[in-house]
Amino acid sequence: MITVRVRFFAGHRDIVGRAEIDIMQEEGATVGSLWEQLTAEHPRLAGYTGRLLYAVNQEFATPATELRDGDEVAFIPPVSGGRGAAGGQEP
Amino acid sequence: MSQFQPFLITEAPLDPAPLVAFVQTPSDGAVVTFAGVARNHFGGRATAYLSYEAYAEMAGPVLQQIAEEARARWPIGKVAVHHRVGRLEIGETAVLVVVAAPHRQEAFQAAAYIMDRIKEIAPIWKREHWADGEAEWRE
Repeated sequence: MITVRVRFFAGHRDIVGRAEIDIMQEEGATVGSLWEQLTAEHPRLAGYTGRLLYAVNQEFATPATELRDGDEVAFIPPVSGGRGAAGGQEP
Repeated sequence: MSQFQPFLITEAPLDPAPLVAFVQTPSDGAVVTFAGVARNHFGGRATAYLSYEAYAEMAGPVLQQIAEEARARWPIGKVAVHHRVGRLEIGETAVLVVVAAPHRQEAFQAAAYIMDRIKEIAPIWKREHWADGEAEWRE
């Protein structure tokens, strides 16, 4: 098992009720599998699926990014009243 | 006195003067300053004040990454971006984007591009505090 720290911001933090949690994951867990687990535990998060960005250790990541022990994972809800996250990392 | 940081997330009020001084060089004929300012309405509803929150450890580097994207697209000089967090009253500046370039077209285009990208990917969130007492994240 590995342990990762998850950071929550803005609307996500309001739903989860915490700014960060430490959570254990199976070896081979990915950003995407962690998000699925969190949406199961906090169903209101599921409304963000497909319109959020992901970061691991302060760098943009994808749902396929594999997690390592000690990683800091951030799920980034749509930002600043902008045009939404559909564009991902590249315009 | 700490050294000037071109890409900064701060709780302090924003002042464009040090950003302009930082970006300008003798080879630049244009310096564009964009200020995003807290507005008293959104969608016909009155706003009392705004608050901004950032993933600060990541947001500063993302601002620099966005400036590098702009530099890959246009022949521009130096760039500085400061974004404020915390509570902002109406009329206060939330973000400053300052771009120097040899010619004005590139400076205008790059500044607009940088602001658009901030609104797409910079991990900074705005909370609208309505005059009627409700509040919501702008998502």
